[in-house]
Amino acid sequence: MKKIVTVALMLIATVTFAQNKNARASMEVDGVCLMCKSRIEKASLNTKGVKSAVWNVKTHELKLIYDERKTNLETIENNILAVGHDVKEKKATDEAYNSVHPCCKYRDEDVKGAHNETPKQ
Amino acid sequence: MKNILYILLIVPLLTFSQEEISGMIMEANNKKEHIPLAGANVYWLNSTIGTVTDIDGKFTLPYSKEYTKLVISYVGFKTDTITVLEPKFINYWLQSTDNLEEVTVTSRKQSTAKSYLKATNTFTVSRDELLKAACCNLSESFETNPSIDVNFADAVTGTRQIKMLGLTSPYILIATENIPSIRGASQAFGLSFIPGTWVESIQVTKGAGSVVNGYESIAGQINTELVKPSTDDKLFVNLYGASSERLELNTHINTRVTDKWDTGIYIHGNTHQQHHDVNNDGFLDMPLYNQINVMNRWQYTNAEKGLVSFINFKFLNDEKQTGQLNFNPDIDKLTTNSWGGEIDTKRYEISAKLGYVNPEIPYQSLGVQVAFSSHEQDSYFGLNLYDIKHNSLYTNAIYNSIISDSRHKIKTGVSYTYDHYDEFVNTLDYERTENSVGAFFEYNYDNLEKLNLTAGIRIDHHNLLGTFVTPRLHLRYTTWEKSAFRASIGRGKRSANIFAENQNIFSTSRAINVVNANGNIYGLDPEIAWNYGVSLLQGFNLFGRKADITLDYYKTDFENQVVVDYENPTEVSFYNLQGESYANSFQAEINYNAFEGFDLRLAYKFYEVKTQYNSGKLDKPLIPKHRFFANVGYKTIKKDNGSQWKFDTTFNWLSRQRFSSTISNPVQYQLPKYTPTLATLNVQLTKVFSPKFEVYLGGENITNVRQPNPILGVDDPFGSNFDTTFVYGPIFGSMYYTGLRFKIE
Repeated sequence: MKKIVTVALMLIATVTFAQNKNARASMEVDGVCLMCKSRIEKASLNTKGVKSAVWNVKTHELKLIYDERKTNLETIENNILAVGHDVKEKKATDEAYNSVHPCCKYRDEDVKGAHNETPKQ
Repeated sequence: MKNILYILLIVPLLTFSQEEISGMIMEANNKKEHIPLAGANVYWLNSTIGTVTDIDGKFTLPYSKEYTKLVISYVGFKTDTITVLEPKFINYWLQSTDNLEEVTVTSRKQSTAKSYLKATNTFTVSRDELLKAACCNLSESFETNPSIDVNFADAVTGTRQIKMLGLTSPYILIATENIPSIRGASQAFGLSFIPGTWVESIQVTKGAGSVVNGYESIAGQINTELVKPSTDDKLFVNLYGASSERLELNTHINTRVTDKWDTGIYIHGNTHQQHHDVNNDGFLDMPLYNQINVMNRWQYTNAEKGLVSFINFKFLNDEKQTGQLNFNPDIDKLTTNSWGGEIDTKRYEISAKLGYVNPEIPYQSLGVQVAFSSHEQDSYFGLNLYDIKHNSLYTNAIYNSIISDSRHKIKTGVSYTYDHYDEFVNTLDYERTENSVGAFFEYNYDNLEKLNLTAGIRIDHHNLLGTFVTPRLHLRYTTWEKSAFRASIGRGKRSANIFAENQNIFSTSRAINVVNANGNIYGLDPEIAWNYGVSLLQGFNLFGRKADITLDYYKTDFENQVVVDYENPTEVSFYNLQGESYANSFQAEINYNAFEGFDLRLAYKFYEVKTQYNSGKLDKPLIPKHRFFANVGYKTIKKDNGSQWKFDTTFNWLSRQRFSSTISNPVQYQLPKYTPTLATLNVQLTKVFSPKFEVYLGGENITNVRQPNPILGVDDPFGSNFDTTFVYGPIFGSMYYTGLRFKIE
């Protein structure tokens, strides 16, 4: 029991001290165009504590730098979901998704096709 | 065996076609080959119904009408969501995230690109655009561009002068890789000292521009990016020959020294030794010249540590001879046997840049630039002597970071410049040292959507200009889709190098009169101006093809200017402005991609440039009020072997231009009040045989328009009415050229 407490305490300590002012993270966010880019980045940056958010249209990778003392990935994810963009594990609500501009309907294959010429069926 | 597979495939489709959906997930590849992806996740959005693809990449899933979004994901691949409206067989190619960088987006790349996002009114001229005018140095690179005017400075030196917003190049900050390069002694001929093949791209900013590179820019900034050893062709050879017997050779050799160091040697030589006198006035239509220009660049790249550095060495030797056909410099120099002149220039440059980007925090970076140049020009024009030595040191350190988040960017830093001028003008010696220390701060706000603004301020302490503040503001606002509204305001201040900037005055019999006002620079005060501008860029589709229109209005107001007054035909006076001086310009430009490969550019410009001279408020001489410009480019579709035809033609029309007054001259040396209108046409044809080899052929001024008598008082070059500055049009007439480009990547 004592051991467990110690380990738990150590873990907590690690978590506490690992809080990084310039933590880096990367996540996948679905989207199709530069309008999506601005929406995703804005949603990220509007999360207090996020310093830099760069979303790549081609790879769908969102690179983040944020202050761990002020925010965490879940909060950022939720803000992105709220503006209608799916992240890897979670899907935005239909309500949020419907709020994006028609040209950004990334779940729609015709829209996606219009945005890139990569092989499709 | 194969048959069984087909049967197996078909059976489920037939049997359960109402309730199930199946498909195959493959790895994306260029040939659309069926490379199955085993183990990919396939599931209906917002449901728990999902499966994993089998060894052949195939899957089967229950289907119901309420499920329309199918999510496909796999480690190392881009997750995709596709819409499924009916239960048909799905073939889907999933993009590997590794290959994503290689995906080529096949949208049309403009050779002159305007930004819809930047706060400043900047457009980028790419290599493709530069190739449209095959020749030969920076001064000739702007001929396909309506924002910059190119004209001849005088009838003897063949110097081309550029103008922006109706103001000559001293009012434009011309930089090479963000280091101010064409200033001081190199102002008159400097543009011809940067060979066209060395140029990778040019960024032209209208309006005051950023404060980072100094306080001198007034009408705008032109920045030239040179080719880089790591990205330029391993070997590049360009040979050019014109009907005027002008020959040019450019060679680039680039090698990788180690995995971090690259180096390149760039050699340019040009020569023109043929005497031309098309208009039979006894004077050479274009000077005789030889130029050797060598640059060595070293590039250091260390991506892990976030370091990039460039070290450049440049050497230039340029010799020009002008004047009468029978002028022999060995015998006739500085005599009245015949009129002639020589301009010999030697220039050395060393510059280094170091950039550091924090690999952990990419928005933090630091840049340091150091450049030293030594410029020496020895020249005479008839009986006028002009020598200048200019040593210059430029240093600048810039720190980039953010405030709170990356929508708020800042640039801040310090700079130090040192200039020593030693001039000899006929019998007078002028020597001065200028040095300045400055600090700048620039804030950029970008809300990632509609608004982007840059506000900059710098404070400088200059030994001759005093301590002063330079504020500049640019903003961009997007009111509706595909548009950008811009506004800018800024102040600029500079010391006018009256002789170096106006070397054409030496090829006249005019007396030079500098009106001493007890100022610090030749007895004159520094020039100060405010520049204001608005601009609207609107993109649209016309008959399904891309088009855009730009409307620009800029106004430059001088608080003080060193007025160059030609209104008395026997003298040229320099004096401080008393009253108003302004340059207003309006430009409308339309770009239209009418069909595949065919681009049309039309522009109209209006200038109103007025200055208060001693003799009254007048239009600046030799500036047309109206200008019309058209450029048509056509490219055939590139064949698989890379072969292609390119065709390009440029038309320019200039309205009448005012001649400075000649009313007090004897009647035979009087000129009309205005020049005639002028129209010129250039064409060029390029045949690309392969990515390695291409040949071009072109004609400049093919309608053979010429100014009949460009030199006033040509019958008596040592008389009191000799003047070569009344030049408004081509002197030589049409000229044809051909050339080749060979490269190994």
